[in-house]
Parts: sequence; structure tokens; C-alpha cells
Amino acid sequence: MIELGLPPFLLLSAFLFACGVSCLAVKRNAIGVLMGVELILNAANLNFVAFARYNPAFRVEGQVFALLVVVLAAAEAAVALAIILNFYNNHATVDVDRADDLRG
Amino acid sequence: MSLAVALFAVVALATGASALGVVLSRNIVRAAVWLLFTLIGVALNYLLLGAEFVGAAQLIVYVGGTLVLVVFGVMLTAQGPLRSLAARPAEWAVGGVRAAALFGLLAALALGPHAPPAVTPPDGPLPGVGPLGLAFLGFPDASPAANVTGVPDGKVFPRTPVAYLLPFEVVSVHLLVVLIGAAYLARAKRRAKA
Repeated sequence: MIELGLPPFLLLSAFLFACGVSCLAVKRNAIGVLMGVELILNAANLNFVAFARYNPAFRVEGQVFALLVVVLAAAEAAVALAIILNFYNNHATVDVDRADDLRG
Repeated sequence: MSLAVALFAVVALATGASALGVVLSRNIVRAAVWLLFTLIGVALNYLLLGAEFVGAAQLIVYVGGTLVLVVFGVMLTAQGPLRSLAARPAEWAVGGVRAAALFGLLAALALGPHAPPAVTPPDGPLPGVGPLGLAFLGFPDASPAANVTGVPDGKVFPRTPVAYLLPFEVVSVHLLVVLIGAAYLARAKRRAKA
């Protein structure tokens, strides 16, 4: 059976990362920005697991850090949604371009 | 073409197309559905890599938890009938060009002369639930036989056995603190009627 190798997974992960970054750039809805962050975290996680598979030195580490990233992403989503809800309660919008109250 | 290559091609194409759908869809609810398919595709990639526990955790925590949170956020903040906030064409151009450049850079790094060294994968499956649970409980890795790769030729760095009790505890306390903070931030406030 032909082994797939590391580069295809790295390519897929790079594509997910680029999608996440462009999502951060072009979305004006704050929840869309949050989705971009989730895409970026998933790209990093895919790299962790791929290196765990194809590098014998990281067989446990890759999976351990992937699990930690999953948990931290859940926490980050909860806090981000709480902030977005608070912003929506105060401003009646989720447009990130209108979140400029701290402008000096 | 072997089965592994064919399966990876199908799953990777589905995952990448769904990620593009997240970026390109104007409607935030559709973006959430595309994100659902992307997360499922990433979980299938974990399963293809042999990391069953991480794949299952991805399905349970991300698809079952985080995405439900996101959908609730969409429901609670939707203004009017599924209104979308569109970006200007100039922003699309700048964001697309920068994302394409970033993807080119990362792809060149992954495939070019400085690519990670090709290591023959070790025999046997990845450590499953048992070794992972022991690592999280503070037991050092039972089989730290491999050497660290990517070092200059002629040098050998055996990897040291490590355990992950402290990160596990830090993450669990962090999760508790974060959830209390999120519940405090998002609580229903009584508006002062003036």
C-alpha cells in the first residue's frame, strides 16, 4: 500500500489556513470573523496530527497538543460569542467596522 | 492509485471546497453550514491519519459544541431576515491576493527544498486512547524510542519521555474560568427604563 506522505496534508492545511485568513479579512460580520479563526485553528491542528503520524518523535505530542487546541478553541469560541452578544446588545449590530468605541 | 490516496483525495477536495464555501458565502447561516462540512472533513482527515481519538474529539467538541455555539450566536444576532454584511470589492481583492500569497508561501515551504524531512512512518498505529490518557495523567511516554528528526547529520537527539499532567490541569482550570467569564459577559441585563 502506497504511503501518502506528509506534503499532501501540509498542502491541505495551508489551504485551510489561507481560507481562514481571507475569512478574517473580508468578513464584516463578527461571527464570520470567528469562523475564520476556527478555520485557522483547524489548519494548525491538522498539521499537528499529520506530524504525529509521519514523524516518529512526535507520536504522542502531536495528538496531545491537537486535543489541547480543540479544548482551547471551544473556550475561545464561548468568550468570543459572549463578547459579540454584548456588543450586539449595546449597538444592535455585529458589524466589526462599527466597533470603534475605543478609538482615541 | 491505492485506497489511501483515493480516500485522501476525496476527503481533501471536500474539505477544501467547504472551506472556500465559508469564505465566499455572503449569508452567515450558509457559512456556518459550510463550516460544519469543513470540520467534519478535518475529522475525517484525522481518521485517515490514524488518530481515531482526536478525530472523535473533533467531531464531539467542534461539531457538537462549538458549531452549536456559533449557530446560537447567529440566531441571537441576526438582524432582519438573514441579512448579510457584504464587504467591498476592494477588500475582497486585497484579502484574496494576500491569502493567495500566503498559500503560495506555505505550499513552497511544504514542498520546496526546505521541506520537513521525509521520515518513514513507524510501524504500528498511532498511540490510542490508552497511551494518550496515561500521558495526560502524568505518566511519561512508555516507548520514547525515536530520535528527534530535523537535526544535522551525525548528531542524535533521543527524545526525552514527557508527561502532560500540568498542561491538562492548566487547560481544565482555564476552561472553567473562561466559561464562568463567558456566562458573566453574556448574561441578560435589565435595561434601566429611563
